[in-house]
Amino acid sequence: MATLELRGLTKVFGATMAVEAFDLDVGDGELVCLLGPSGSGKSTVLRMIGGFETASSGAVLIDGQDVTRMPPERRPTSMMFQSHALWSHMNVAGNIGFGLKLRRLPRAEIARKVEEALTLVGLAGMGERRTDQLSGGQQQRVALARSLVLEPKILLLDEPFASLDQHLRERLREEVRDLQQRLGITMVFVTHGQDEALALADRIVVMRDGRVQQVDRPDRLYRHPETPFVAGFIGQMNLLQVTVAGGRIAHPAFDLDVTATDGPALLAVRPEALELIAGEGAGRLHRVTDFGSHAVTEIDLPGGERIKAMTPEVPAAPPGTPVTIKPLRAHLYRDDRVIWSSDAMSRTSTRAHAHG
Amino acid sequence: MRTSEPFRPDWIGLALVVTLSIVIIGPMLVVGLWAFAEQWRYPSLLPQQWGLRFWHQTLARPDVWTALRTSLQLSFVVTLISAAICLPAAYAFARMKFWGRDMFFLSFLSIQAFPRFGLLITIATIFLSLGLVGTFWGVAIIQLVNTLMFMIWIPTAAFQAIDRKLEEAARDVGAGPIRVFWSVTLPQALPAIVAAIMLTFVGTFYETEGAWLIGAPHVRTMPILMISFINNQLVIQLGAVLSVLLWVPSFIFLLAARRYLGPQGLGRGLGG
Repeated sequence: MATLELRGLTKVFGATMAVEAFDLDVGDGELVCLLGPSGSGKSTVLRMIGGFETASSGAVLIDGQDVTRMPPERRPTSMMFQSHALWSHMNVAGNIGFGLKLRRLPRAEIARKVEEALTLVGLAGMGERRTDQLSGGQQQRVALARSLVLEPKILLLDEPFASLDQHLRERLREEVRDLQQRLGITMVFVTHGQDEALALADRIVVMRDGRVQQVDRPDRLYRHPETPFVAGFIGQMNLLQVTVAGGRIAHPAFDLDVTATDGPALLAVRPEALELIAGEGAGRLHRVTDFGSHAVTEIDLPGGERIKAMTPEVPAAPPGTPVTIKPLRAHLYRDDRVIWSSDAMSRTSTRAHAHG
Repeated sequence: MRTSEPFRPDWIGLALVVTLSIVIIGPMLVVGLWAFAEQWRYPSLLPQQWGLRFWHQTLARPDVWTALRTSLQLSFVVTLISAAICLPAAYAFARMKFWGRDMFFLSFLSIQAFPRFGLLITIATIFLSLGLVGTFWGVAIIQLVNTLMFMIWIPTAAFQAIDRKLEEAARDVGAGPIRVFWSVTLPQALPAIVAAIMLTFVGTFYETEGAWLIGAPHVRTMPILMISFINNQLVIQLGAVLSVLLWVPSFIFLLAARRYLGPQGLGRGLGG
């Protein structure tokens, strides 16, 4: 059983606020992804959990025990680094067994555990290799074995596959997911790739400028983005500046009934949630791209905006054709938070973490 | 050397190797031959008469043995003290921020950047008043000054080149800061440190200016003895025998350090 609680975690570097009042509960055996662009503070949060940065304020609790002031060597966490960080002066077995040696385990038991860990990551019998004789993927597997062999309560991963090619990245990602579910280990995974987060995570924390934007399950994050940033960051999204007047958005290209007070707002519509009617309307078809499984149509609106619509069929209309667009599902934002959503579910959703 | 299909000789590399061999090994070979030659007259390619007469002559002299002992003692003492002072300092330069760090770091370069003889004369006058001239420790201190730059700059670069993530990973699996230093930082910097120690040892062994100015006439190192041999009576063989004797520490050190000194390791240590 290993749970992680972060309470008001804050990190200040000089004059910059790297992480601000970060709250998070990670349940036993849960895999949580911290997702955000570079500089969003996600790595800093991870390094504070691992003990490599001291929190300016706030607390880190593992299984209810406060470890905020504990050095990394005494924390029940283990970190996998982006650069694998293997020690080149030791062979593979030496790397994996170093932590066990520090725990003064008998030599035979170290050898047994190292071989077990190597088998676990699919590198059985490679213990005598030098680390520079391994491929990039194998090196990350050794780093993973080095972490797993100590049976940490919480495994921290700092963009571990960022330097690998796409194919290998996807394979290792699945292996990590399998291992995580088999061993029931609690994991915090930092990434800037939304695909990786959506594929791996039980829950995703979207971060920006050191603050939490939204904490949610992957499917909800896509369908119910709570801030305009999340809306634009996860998947593709058309964002339009609109004005609400009398419960209605009167855009030159379409009309939409909404439940919101009057005033300017930001409308977000997914490309697949746009219906196109070619032949008449205020929009002008700019270009159609056929992806085989679907087609993406770009449309110029009278206000100068260009939006994308995704349809299963390729529209049989040449560029310049007038089109009418009709948002089927949409979200409306004002003051950086969602004020209306066409889907009933999101109105009942609770914001896991409010800010601002 | 790795061969690839089709085989294409690396002419530039080959030319470099041949040139370096002629320039470096050629003179050494000639000196080596002279040491074992009793008679060698022009235009013969090899000595007419081989023998160990000059070896017996040289090794029978007590001043040669005294000088060899002095040189070895001096080199060991200076290397040891230099390492004890400079390695922690190098670590501090690489890892800590303190006031005047850069100025202090560059000051070590100034020892090598300005004509050393002037510096030596100044130090010699100070040593004279301290009664250090003509003593073993006087020479040791002078040599120490010479070694500072190598012993600080090379290990500093090596410590700086180590990825901090390697140390963090060691902390992560349970090593305390001191254990991290012994098990990760030091082994990672070792090739460069060995190189620095070797340069210091050999440099001290062969140094003449300081040893002569401060040590004369009581402390005589091997190179000083060699100079006096050459000045007093020009017997080529005596000089050659001493030269061959002087190579010994270099060879021993190169053999001992070979394990740590792949060009790769040294390059990495130097931050390449």
